[in-house]
Amino acid sequence: MKAWLAGGLALAVAFGAGDALAQRSKVTIYTGLENDQLGPFKASIEKAVPEAEVVWVRDSTGVITARFMAEKDNPRADMVMGLAASSLLVFEKAGLLQEYKPKGADQLKEQFRDTKGPYTWTGMDAYLGVVCFNTAEAAKSSVKTPASWNDLLVPGLKGKVVMPHPASSGTGYLMVAGWLQSMGEEAGWKFMDGLHENIAAYLHSGSAPCVQAARGERTVGLALDMRGASEKTKGAPIEVIVPKEGTGWELEASAIVKGSKNLAVAQKIADWSATKEANELYSKSYAVVAFPGVKNTPPNYPANGEAGMIKNDLGWMAENRERVLAEWSKRYESKAAPKN
Amino acid sequence: MSQAALGTAPAAAFRPGAVAAARRRGPGERQVASLLIGLLCAVLVLIVALPLWTLLSKAVQDTDGRFVGLANFLTYVTTPTLVASLVNSVWIAGLSTAIVVPLAFVYAYALQRSRIPCKGLFYAAALLPIFAPSLLSALSLVYIFGNQGILKGALAGASIYGPIGIVLAEVLYSFPHALLILATALALSDGRLYEAAEALGTSRARVFRTVTLPGARYGLISATFVVFTIVITDFGIPKVIGGQFSVLATDAYKQVVGQQNFPMGAVVGLILLVPAVLAFAVDRMVRRRQVALLSARAVPYAPKPRRRRDLVLLLYAGTVAALIVATYGTAVWGSFVRYWPYNLSLTLANYDFASAEPGGWEPYFNSLRLAGLAAVIGTALVFTGAYLIEKVEAAPGGRALAQFIAMLPMAVPGLVLGLGYVFFFNAVWNPLNVFYGTLTVLVVNTIAHFYTVAHITATTSLKQIDREIEAVSASLKVPFWRTFGRVTVPICMPAILDIAVYMFVNALTTVSAVIFLYGADSKLASVAIVHMDEAGAIASAAAMATVIMLTAIAVKLLHLGLDRFLFGRLQRWRAR
Repeated sequence: MKAWLAGGLALAVAFGAGDALAQRSKVTIYTGLENDQLGPFKASIEKAVPEAEVVWVRDSTGVITARFMAEKDNPRADMVMGLAASSLLVFEKAGLLQEYKPKGADQLKEQFRDTKGPYTWTGMDAYLGVVCFNTAEAAKSSVKTPASWNDLLVPGLKGKVVMPHPASSGTGYLMVAGWLQSMGEEAGWKFMDGLHENIAAYLHSGSAPCVQAARGERTVGLALDMRGASEKTKGAPIEVIVPKEGTGWELEASAIVKGSKNLAVAQKIADWSATKEANELYSKSYAVVAFPGVKNTPPNYPANGEAGMIKNDLGWMAENRERVLAEWSKRYESKAAPKN
Repeated sequence: MSQAALGTAPAAAFRPGAVAAARRRGPGERQVASLLIGLLCAVLVLIVALPLWTLLSKAVQDTDGRFVGLANFLTYVTTPTLVASLVNSVWIAGLSTAIVVPLAFVYAYALQRSRIPCKGLFYAAALLPIFAPSLLSALSLVYIFGNQGILKGALAGASIYGPIGIVLAEVLYSFPHALLILATALALSDGRLYEAAEALGTSRARVFRTVTLPGARYGLISATFVVFTIVITDFGIPKVIGGQFSVLATDAYKQVVGQQNFPMGAVVGLILLVPAVLAFAVDRMVRRRQVALLSARAVPYAPKPRRRRDLVLLLYAGTVAALIVATYGTAVWGSFVRYWPYNLSLTLANYDFASAEPGGWEPYFNSLRLAGLAAVIGTALVFTGAYLIEKVEAAPGGRALAQFIAMLPMAVPGLVLGLGYVFFFNAVWNPLNVFYGTLTVLVVNTIAHFYTVAHITATTSLKQIDREIEAVSASLKVPFWRTFGRVTVPICMPAILDIAVYMFVNALTTVSAVIFLYGADSKLASVAIVHMDEAGAIASAAAMATVIMLTAIAVKLLHLGLDRFLFGRLQRWRAR
């Protein structure tokens, strides 16, 4: 018995010592980043912050946000990264984020910074609502490639347009909020009244509409810019279009979770997220990133992307969300019967 | 309640046989029984009731956790869109049930009461839908009937996206669940009844009406409720193929995932529980009238060959099986296609998951671990539990409680159960929170999630064994645990294996609850499939789903082999 104990102890010491040599703390990061971004992000973070071992928990923005909120009494994440700023505003309001301003955050573009104190989140990149237009399908019904939002209202597209449901997808809401802000409320609703006539379905995902358009299930899918570009790269016969009036957008941002047991390491990772190197990594997937001057248009990304970003007020989006969704639901959901 | 029940005398003592049995048993045995039932109740409360309560109690709170009484319910009934979803859900579930139960009954009849060849094959083909992640059925329906589908014309201009698609996919998906219950219900019957009927020259229709149907009544009612609740709580199919058509489960998703409005999600979750509570009430009523089919003197029924019946049933089973196999075959084909529908050349590239999923094949192995653990632990728990509820004459209050909780999980949308687990197992005050995010919680959650159908299968099989067997062993002073080990388990071995396979397969395919629970190193294949589908890597998603389906089929084949071996040894009594 004693011999066992001694042996066990010796082993424990040996392993403990081994650990101490390469002491790395596990930093759990909740993220909505795309699958293929996770590997390069982890490598880059661990290179910049050697004492960190990044552990991802990744899911779609809605799921990861709901999970984070459900865990709020006993948070499991040290950081959140690549999550919609609107989600982070919800977390901030619930007092779940640690106040910290990364070194060098001041040199980032202004709209990518948390403007209301206390400073908790830092923007990484922007994502836009775009039109995925399937040219192969459109040719069959001779619909011309849209340049303006109003081109989506033509009778030839009746029942051939899909977009994300604004109540279940952040992308859906950013598009609705974008129309209301850029066209003005009255004209915005009038536009959506017309669009509704052509909508086949409001889907519960921000990328599904473009995937469906890419596969020819639909002619037009309103969706995330990055999804459009990557579908086109994979060989889908689609055009990725930012209409000339401009489009709604949102930020992806990162923040430290209040109560993190690895605060010091998390702060270093937050510092990394505001560096030029990190932003160069972001720009592999997104055309518009926080660091001024970092620019790399991903393949098949619409050229007028950054120029097409409307003047967007994230605060307005958060404050008016409930009202807008209620109005939206009243107008377009009460016709419960399927349209197709 | 279980504590109180521990002390009470068995109320079932109205039946003279039971009284005698109880008296002959020593007090020690009854205490053991009561203790075990108390333990069962405790486990069920811990893994089902408490997590559910933690979430559902939010229905009377506002988003900041303040008590608001029935305000949320008031909001619910005054929102026309939400009420419309309720109506949609009820008729979709009703229609699907009305289609599935007769279809599955005839199929089960062909498997159990005829002499058609290749029964094992037909059984396996019919189980395909539970072998495959539910996303796969929706994907294949899109491949077949979608706007670019191979057979788009067959819908005569109607769209697959909407009620038609939902009903079609739900019928496909719930068919094996109904079949599992009905096949068990039809498996055992007393051959003497049929012999007597034949001797009296009773017409076949009459025999069917007066012997076969009443014998399967319990199974039919169970199957009806199981299918209805599966359809009404399912969220995956309406999400992918429901188009504009909103149902309760997608409403819960919109509230919880779209808007983090847990209280409203809880309200919808509570409404979805209504069918389960009804099922429980009906179950109690049927139970009172149920007579054991397989009395100790019973002679197992063996169908005699009858040309015309066998031919018709063979044709029927063949058609249904072919339709199911063709549907899933299409999706398997899709997993080899380079870019559907524009580049139909075949490739193996979609099976190299590393390009679409950072873990590569790792989620698959996590899933295998989860499924193995859930099958072993879950089956032991479910079957022992069902035995205690069904056959042991002690602590009636405790048994009723356990029966009630066992019926609940099926009615709970995975989304609701998953969030309940987050709230309960991650709570600061809960000492069990060390397990949160580990495989342990996933295993427990999976067992809880699929408890009901497994429990019904066990109960259906146990109900068909005469209680006299217990009474006889009691009069021989054999304690119930020995009867359980020596008689009950061997007789019910086919049902036990069915349960184990059911648990294993569902653990492989389940998504809705575990998506909130997996940790950084316990990501599952089913979750990876959803992620790949969301990322537009549809062929890779179909590929991973195909791998899962093949694994499940392999397990099923193993099961068939074991079954044959066991039929050879333990089930020899069935043959005369």
